Amino acid sequence: MEPHWAVENLQTIRTLMERSALYRRALAPIMLFAGTLGIIAAGIGLLFHLNSPVDFGTLWLGAAVIVILGAFFIARRQAIKDKEKLWSPPTRRVAQALLPPLTAGFLLSFLYLLWGASDEFPIQMPFLWALFYGCALHAAGFFTPRGIKLLGWVFIICSFAGLYSLSLVSYKVHLEFNPHLFMGFFFGALHLFYGAYLYLTEKGKNAA
Amino acid sequence: MNPELFLQLDRVIHEKGRLAIMSMLAASPDLSFTELRDALGMTDGNLTTHIRALQQEGYIAVAKSYQNRRPLTTCSLTPEGRKAFAGYVDLLEQIVRQNKPK
Repeated sequence: MEPHWAVENLQTIRTLMERSALYRRALAPIMLFAGTLGIIAAGIGLLFHLNSPVDFGTLWLGAAVIVILGAFFIARRQAIKDKEKLWSPPTRRVAQALLPPLTAGFLLSFLYLLWGASDEFPIQMPFLWALFYGCALHAAGFFTPRGIKLLGWVFIICSFAGLYSLSLVSYKVHLEFNPHLFMGFFFGALHLFYGAYLYLTEKGKNAA
Repeated sequence: MNPELFLQLDRVIHEKGRLAIMSMLAASPDLSFTELRDALGMTDGNLTTHIRALQQEGYIAVAKSYQNRRPLTTCSLTPEGRKAFAGYVDLLEQIVRQNKPK
Protein backbone atom coordinates (compact mmCIF):
# COMPACT_ATOMS: atom_id res chain seq x y z
CA MET A 1 0.00 0.00 0.00
CA GLU A 2 1.24 3.48 -0.85
CA PRO A 3 2.10 5.59 2.18
CA HIS A 4 0.60 8.72 0.58
CA TRP A 5 -2.76 8.00 2.17
CA ALA A 6 -1.20 8.52 5.62
CA VAL A 7 0.15 11.94 4.61
CA GLU A 8 -3.19 12.82 3.05
CA ASN A 9 -5.07 11.72 6.16
CA LEU A 10 -2.82 13.85 8.36
CA GLN A 11 -3.34 16.80 6.03
CA THR A 12 -7.12 16.28 6.12
CA ILE A 13 -7.07 16.15 9.92
CA ARG A 14 -5.05 19.35 10.09
CA THR A 15 -7.31 21.14 7.59
CA LEU A 16 -10.50 20.12 9.38
CA MET A 17 -9.13 21.04 12.79
CA GLU A 18 -8.10 24.44 11.47
CA ARG A 19 -11.45 24.93 9.76
CA SER A 20 -13.33 24.21 12.95
CA ALA A 21 -12.01 27.34 14.63
CA LEU A 22 -12.15 30.78 13.06
CA TYR A 23 -9.95 32.53 15.63
CA ARG A 24 -6.97 30.40 14.62
CA ARG A 25 -6.74 32.17 11.29
CA ALA A 26 -7.30 35.59 12.82
CA LEU A 27 -4.70 35.03 15.55
CA ALA A 28 -1.60 36.24 13.68
CA PRO A 29 -3.01 39.67 12.68
CA ILE A 30 -4.54 40.07 16.16
CA MET A 31 -1.18 39.34 17.83
CA LEU A 32 0.64 41.74 15.48
CA PHE A 33 -1.97 44.43 16.14
CA ALA A 34 -1.80 43.93 19.93
CA GLY A 35 2.01 43.93 19.89
CA THR A 36 2.24 47.10 17.81
CA LEU A 37 -0.23 48.87 20.06
CA GLY A 38 1.66 47.64 23.15
CA ILE A 39 4.90 49.14 21.82
CA ILE A 40 3.15 52.42 20.93
CA ALA A 41 1.51 52.65 24.38
CA ALA A 42 4.84 51.97 26.09
CA GLY A 43 6.45 54.66 23.92
CA ILE A 44 3.75 57.19 24.83
CA GLY A 45 4.08 56.31 28.54
CA LEU A 46 7.85 56.72 28.47
CA LEU A 47 7.78 59.90 26.40
CA PHE A 48 5.17 61.72 28.46
CA HIS A 49 6.18 60.23 31.84
CA LEU A 50 2.70 58.87 32.57
CA ASN A 51 3.79 57.23 35.80
CA SER A 52 1.07 58.14 38.29
CA PRO A 53 -1.39 55.29 38.99
CA VAL A 54 -4.24 57.14 37.25
CA ASP A 55 -2.21 58.12 34.16
CA PHE A 56 -0.71 54.65 33.91
CA GLY A 57 -4.07 52.94 34.38
CA THR A 58 -5.80 55.21 31.86
CA LEU A 59 -3.12 54.71 29.21
CA TRP A 60 -3.01 50.93 29.47
CA LEU A 61 -6.72 50.46 30.01
CA GLY A 62 -7.27 52.58 26.90
CA ALA A 63 -4.76 50.45 24.99
CA ALA A 64 -6.49 47.26 26.18
CA VAL A 65 -9.90 48.54 25.03
CA ILE A 66 -8.49 49.44 21.59
CA VAL A 67 -6.84 46.01 21.32
CA ILE A 68 -10.09 44.22 22.23
CA LEU A 69 -12.09 46.29 19.71
CA GLY A 70 -9.40 45.80 17.05
CA ALA A 71 -9.32 42.05 17.69
CA PHE A 72 -13.09 41.92 17.36
CA PHE A 73 -13.01 43.72 13.98
CA ILE A 74 -10.14 41.56 12.67
CA ALA A 75 -12.01 38.36 13.65
CA ARG A 76 -15.27 39.73 12.23
CA ARG A 77 -13.59 40.61 8.92
CA GLN A 78 -12.11 37.09 8.76
CA ALA A 79 -15.53 35.58 9.53
CA ILE A 80 -17.20 37.58 6.75
CA LYS A 81 -14.41 36.67 4.33
CA ASP A 82 -14.77 32.95 5.13
CA LYS A 83 -18.59 33.13 5.33
CA GLU A 84 -18.49 31.79 8.89
CA LYS A 85 -20.14 32.68 12.16
CA LEU A 86 -18.07 34.95 14.41
CA TRP A 87 -19.62 33.71 17.65
CA SER A 88 -19.21 29.96 17.14
CA PRO A 89 -18.97 27.36 19.96
CA PRO A 90 -15.12 27.24 19.76
CA THR A 91 -14.88 31.05 19.91
CA ARG A 92 -17.26 31.03 22.87
CA ARG A 93 -15.12 28.44 24.66
CA VAL A 94 -11.96 30.52 24.08
CA ALA A 95 -13.73 33.57 25.51
CA GLN A 96 -14.91 31.51 28.49
CA ALA A 97 -11.37 30.27 29.11
CA LEU A 98 -9.89 33.78 28.90
CA LEU A 99 -12.47 35.46 31.09
CA PRO A 100 -11.72 34.23 34.67
CA PRO A 101 -7.97 35.05 34.76
CA LEU A 102 -8.51 38.37 32.97
CA THR A 103 -11.34 39.32 35.34
CA ALA A 104 -9.14 38.41 38.32
CA GLY A 105 -6.35 40.62 36.93
CA PHE A 106 -8.77 43.49 36.34
CA LEU A 107 -10.27 43.24 39.84
CA LEU A 108 -6.82 43.13 41.41
CA SER A 109 -5.83 46.31 39.53
CA PHE A 110 -9.05 47.96 40.66
CA LEU A 111 -8.30 47.12 44.29
CA TYR A 112 -4.73 48.35 43.90
CA LEU A 113 -5.95 51.67 42.54
CA LEU A 114 -8.59 51.88 45.26
CA TRP A 115 -6.22 51.24 48.15
CA GLY A 116 -2.93 52.54 46.79
CA ALA A 117 -2.53 56.19 47.72
CA SER A 118 1.03 56.40 46.44
CA ASP A 119 1.95 58.88 43.69
CA GLU A 120 4.10 56.24 42.01
CA PHE A 121 2.64 53.33 40.17
CA PRO A 122 3.40 50.01 41.93
CA ILE A 123 6.13 48.41 39.85
CA GLN A 124 4.81 44.90 40.65
CA MET A 125 1.62 45.57 38.72
CA PRO A 126 2.90 44.88 35.16
CA PHE A 127 4.25 41.54 36.36
CA LEU A 128 0.98 40.61 38.04
CA TRP A 129 -0.95 41.56 34.90
CA ALA A 130 1.44 39.51 32.80
CA LEU A 131 0.98 36.60 35.23
CA PHE A 132 -2.82 36.68 34.93
CA TYR A 133 -2.60 37.20 31.18
CA GLY A 134 -0.24 34.21 30.89
CA CYS A 135 -2.75 32.07 32.82
CA ALA A 136 -5.51 33.28 30.46
CA LEU A 137 -3.46 32.37 27.39
CA HIS A 138 -2.67 28.97 28.82
CA ALA A 139 -6.34 28.31 29.57
CA ALA A 140 -7.31 29.35 26.04
CA GLY A 141 -4.44 27.26 24.69
CA PHE A 142 -6.52 24.10 25.02
CA PHE A 143 -8.56 25.29 22.04
CA THR A 144 -5.87 27.10 20.03
CA PRO A 145 -2.55 26.26 18.34
CA ARG A 146 -0.17 24.72 20.86
CA GLY A 147 2.18 27.73 20.57
CA ILE A 148 -0.24 29.85 22.56
CA LYS A 149 0.16 27.61 25.60
CA LEU A 150 3.89 28.09 25.32
CA LEU A 151 3.41 31.84 25.07
CA GLY A 152 1.29 31.62 28.23
CA TRP A 153 4.17 29.89 30.02
CA VAL A 154 6.61 32.55 28.76
CA PHE A 155 4.37 35.23 30.33
CA ILE A 156 4.07 33.26 33.58
CA ILE A 157 7.78 32.47 33.90
CA CYS A 158 8.94 35.98 32.94
CA SER A 159 6.50 37.59 35.37
CA PHE A 160 7.62 35.31 38.21
CA ALA A 161 11.27 35.98 37.37
CA GLY A 162 10.52 39.71 37.38
CA LEU A 163 8.68 39.58 40.71
CA TYR A 164 11.45 37.51 42.26
CA SER A 165 14.09 39.95 40.99
CA LEU A 166 12.12 42.84 42.48
CA SER A 167 12.06 41.08 45.85
CA LEU A 168 15.87 41.06 45.83
CA VAL A 169 16.25 44.82 45.55
CA SER A 170 15.11 47.66 47.81
CA TYR A 171 12.05 49.87 47.29
CA LYS A 172 14.34 52.76 46.31
CA VAL A 173 15.61 50.72 43.40
CA HIS A 174 12.02 49.92 42.41
CA LEU A 175 11.39 53.62 41.89
CA GLU A 176 14.13 53.77 39.29
CA PHE A 177 12.41 51.20 37.08
CA ASN A 178 9.91 52.44 34.54
CA PRO A 179 6.81 50.20 34.45
CA HIS A 180 6.14 51.13 30.80
CA LEU A 181 9.30 49.27 29.81
CA PHE A 182 7.97 46.07 31.36
CA MET A 183 4.52 46.60 29.84
CA GLY A 184 6.17 47.21 26.47
CA PHE A 185 8.14 43.99 26.82
CA PHE A 186 5.19 41.84 27.90
CA PHE A 187 2.31 43.25 25.90
CA GLY A 188 4.27 44.71 23.00
CA ALA A 189 7.39 42.66 22.23
CA LEU A 190 6.04 39.22 23.21
CA HIS A 191 2.84 39.70 21.17
CA LEU A 192 4.79 41.00 18.19
CA PHE A 193 7.21 38.10 18.38
CA TYR A 194 4.42 35.51 18.53
CA GLY A 195 2.42 37.28 15.81
CA ALA A 196 5.47 37.32 13.52
CA TYR A 197 6.10 33.64 14.25
CA LEU A 198 2.48 32.75 13.41
CA TYR A 199 2.48 34.93 10.32
CA LEU A 200 5.66 33.36 8.98
CA THR A 201 4.66 29.78 9.77
CA GLU A 202 1.00 30.04 8.70
CA LYS A 203 1.62 32.06 5.51
CA GLY A 204 2.49 29.01 3.42
CA LYS A 205 -0.45 27.02 4.74
CA ASN A 206 -2.94 29.82 4.09
CA ALA A 207 -1.68 30.29 0.58
CA ALA A 208 -2.10 26.59 -0.22
CA MET B 1 5.81 -0.12 4.91
CA ASN B 2 5.44 -1.92 8.21
CA PRO B 3 2.03 -3.69 8.02
CA GLU B 4 1.89 -4.00 11.82
CA LEU B 5 1.43 -0.27 12.22
CA PHE B 6 -1.31 -0.25 9.63
CA LEU B 7 -3.10 -3.08 11.40
CA GLN B 8 -2.94 -1.15 14.68
CA LEU B 9 -4.91 1.76 13.20
CA ASP B 10 -8.33 2.17 14.79
CA ARG B 11 -10.79 0.89 12.15
CA VAL B 12 -13.65 2.97 13.56
CA ILE B 13 -11.75 6.24 13.21
CA HIS B 14 -10.02 5.28 9.97
CA GLU B 15 -13.22 5.61 7.92
CA LYS B 16 -13.15 8.93 6.03
CA GLY B 17 -16.41 10.39 7.34
CA ARG B 18 -15.77 9.41 10.94
CA LEU B 19 -12.21 10.72 10.77
CA ALA B 20 -13.58 14.07 9.61
CA ILE B 21 -16.05 14.18 12.51
CA MET B 22 -13.36 13.25 15.04
CA SER B 23 -10.98 15.89 13.60
CA MET B 24 -13.57 18.65 13.85
CA LEU B 25 -14.49 17.67 17.40
CA ALA B 26 -10.83 17.39 18.44
CA ALA B 27 -10.40 21.10 17.71
CA SER B 28 -13.55 22.22 19.52
CA PRO B 29 -15.02 21.34 22.91
CA ASP B 30 -18.38 20.67 21.23
CA LEU B 31 -20.14 21.24 17.92
CA SER B 32 -23.80 21.11 17.03
CA PHE B 33 -25.18 18.55 14.59
CA THR B 34 -25.91 21.36 12.10
CA GLU B 35 -22.41 22.80 12.34
CA LEU B 36 -20.88 19.38 11.69
CA ARG B 37 -23.26 18.68 8.81
CA ASP B 38 -22.64 22.06 7.14
CA ALA B 39 -18.87 21.99 7.64
CA LEU B 40 -18.48 18.46 6.31
CA GLY B 41 -21.14 18.63 3.62
CA MET B 42 -22.80 15.41 4.81
CA THR B 43 -26.44 14.48 4.62
CA ASP B 44 -28.42 14.19 7.86
CA GLY B 45 -28.67 10.42 7.48
CA ASN B 46 -25.00 9.93 6.75
CA LEU B 47 -23.92 12.08 9.68
CA THR B 48 -26.37 10.33 12.03
CA THR B 49 -24.98 6.90 11.04
CA HIS B 50 -21.38 7.99 11.66
CA ILE B 51 -22.24 9.67 14.94
CA ARG B 52 -24.06 6.56 16.11
CA ALA B 53 -21.05 4.37 15.24
CA LEU B 54 -18.69 6.68 17.13
CA GLN B 55 -21.09 6.91 20.06
CA GLN B 56 -21.37 3.12 20.28
CA GLU B 57 -17.59 2.93 20.45
CA GLY B 58 -17.66 5.45 23.31
CA TYR B 59 -15.68 8.03 21.35
CA ILE B 60 -18.22 10.81 21.26
CA ALA B 61 -20.96 12.02 23.57
CA VAL B 62 -24.23 13.36 22.22
CA ALA B 63 -26.24 15.84 24.25
CA LYS B 64 -29.78 16.88 23.40
CA SER B 65 -31.16 20.20 24.59
CA TYR B 66 -33.26 23.14 23.43
CA GLN B 67 -32.17 26.50 22.10
CA ASN B 68 -34.84 29.11 21.40
CA ARG B 69 -37.43 26.34 21.81
CA ARG B 70 -35.80 24.33 19.05
CA PRO B 71 -34.08 20.99 19.66
CA LEU B 72 -30.30 21.19 19.66
CA THR B 73 -28.04 18.16 19.32
CA THR B 74 -24.46 18.73 20.42
CA CYS B 75 -21.54 16.35 19.96
CA SER B 76 -18.27 16.28 21.82
CA LEU B 77 -15.31 13.94 22.16
CA THR B 78 -15.23 11.76 25.26
CA PRO B 79 -11.87 11.28 27.06
CA GLU B 80 -11.69 7.82 25.40
CA GLY B 81 -12.38 9.41 22.03
CA ARG B 82 -9.68 12.03 22.53
CA LYS B 83 -7.22 9.31 23.54
CA ALA B 84 -8.14 7.14 20.56
CA PHE B 85 -7.85 10.09 18.19
CA ALA B 86 -4.44 11.06 19.59
CA GLY B 87 -3.33 7.43 19.22
CA TYR B 88 -4.57 7.33 15.64
CA VAL B 89 -2.69 10.53 14.73
CA ASP B 90 0.46 9.19 16.44
CA LEU B 91 0.29 6.00 14.39
CA LEU B 92 -0.22 7.97 11.16
CA GLU B 93 2.82 10.08 11.98
CA GLN B 94 4.86 6.93 12.64
CA ILE B 95 3.78 5.50 9.29
CA VAL B 96 4.74 8.73 7.50
CA ARG B 97 8.12 8.82 9.28
CA GLN B 98 8.83 5.18 8.39
CA ASN B 99 8.10 5.78 4.73
CA LYS B 100 10.09 8.99 4.40
CA PRO B 101 12.85 8.57 1.77
CA LYS B 102 16.25 8.56 3.50
